[in-house]
Amino acid sequence: MTTIQSIAGQDEHPDVALVAQVRAGDVSAYDTLVRKYERQIFRIAQHITQNREDAEDVMQDAFLKAFLKLDQFQGNSKFYTWLVRIAVNESLMRLRKRRTGRMVSIDEDLETEEGSVPRDLADWAPDPEQNYTQAELGKILEKTIKGLPPGFKVVFELRDVQGLSTEDTAEALGLSIPAVKSRLLRARLQLRERLSRYFRNKPGARRLSPKEVRAES
Amino acid sequence: MTCTEFLALLDDIIDDSIAAETRAEVEKHMKKCGHCEVVFNTTRKTIEIYRSHEIYDLPAGLRDRLHAAIMARCKKGC
Repeated sequence: MTTIQSIAGQDEHPDVALVAQVRAGDVSAYDTLVRKYERQIFRIAQHITQNREDAEDVMQDAFLKAFLKLDQFQGNSKFYTWLVRIAVNESLMRLRKRRTGRMVSIDEDLETEEGSVPRDLADWAPDPEQNYTQAELGKILEKTIKGLPPGFKVVFELRDVQGLSTEDTAEALGLSIPAVKSRLLRARLQLRERLSRYFRNKPGARRLSPKEVRAES
Repeated sequence: MTCTEFLALLDDIIDDSIAAETRAEVEKHMKKCGHCEVVFNTTRKTIEIYRSHEIYDLPAGLRDRLHAAIMARCKKGC
């Protein structure tokens, strides 16, 4: 019996057991889920609201709402994608309040053609981030991603930073798979273009070719 | 392979989700097109940098406040 259960449990996402524990009244299991996902949820809220206080409120509200609505959570989606969906909706609501009711959605801002074709074709310095302190680099990365439309930022965050699949990203954001794919490509290219300003090889500096690098080592 | 075709495949190349045959064509194209090679390398580096440097630190005490809020709700029954 134990063997059958453990075989069946092999494919099960670890969150399934935690959710079941919370449903059975074990609040500490929810703390485990909070610890696991708080940073990711906070970053998503920051990307959309662009405001630290709002992001804090969103994180609180999203986790609290998920906790209170856990009975409505259907096991056919992953807990995390369900949580992201709540956090995205909360973030958009905050943003609408700040922008006095103007419609804001994860689906807008696709008209811009910026970054759909690479323009800056200069190569980057090897390990370009080494030329900046951690604090400087943090500022560059924040500033660079800030200018992207909310839908691009969140798709990039979920797919590339957090490593979610295209399918899970689409489910979490209520977007189609082609929509996730097109946003991801545009986000990657726009970020690349913007980072090139900081990371491109300085004029006059010559980068060693792979052959030369091999010869040196 | 043209540069436009290369660009259309860029995400699949980065995510390593292309067939071996296509990959061979992609590599052949990059060998003769320096621009596409730069776009590929710098896009991959962009992702790597964002993945390895966490932006937006979680404010201190936020988790405790959340925990307190959840416990407060629980007192009312959960």
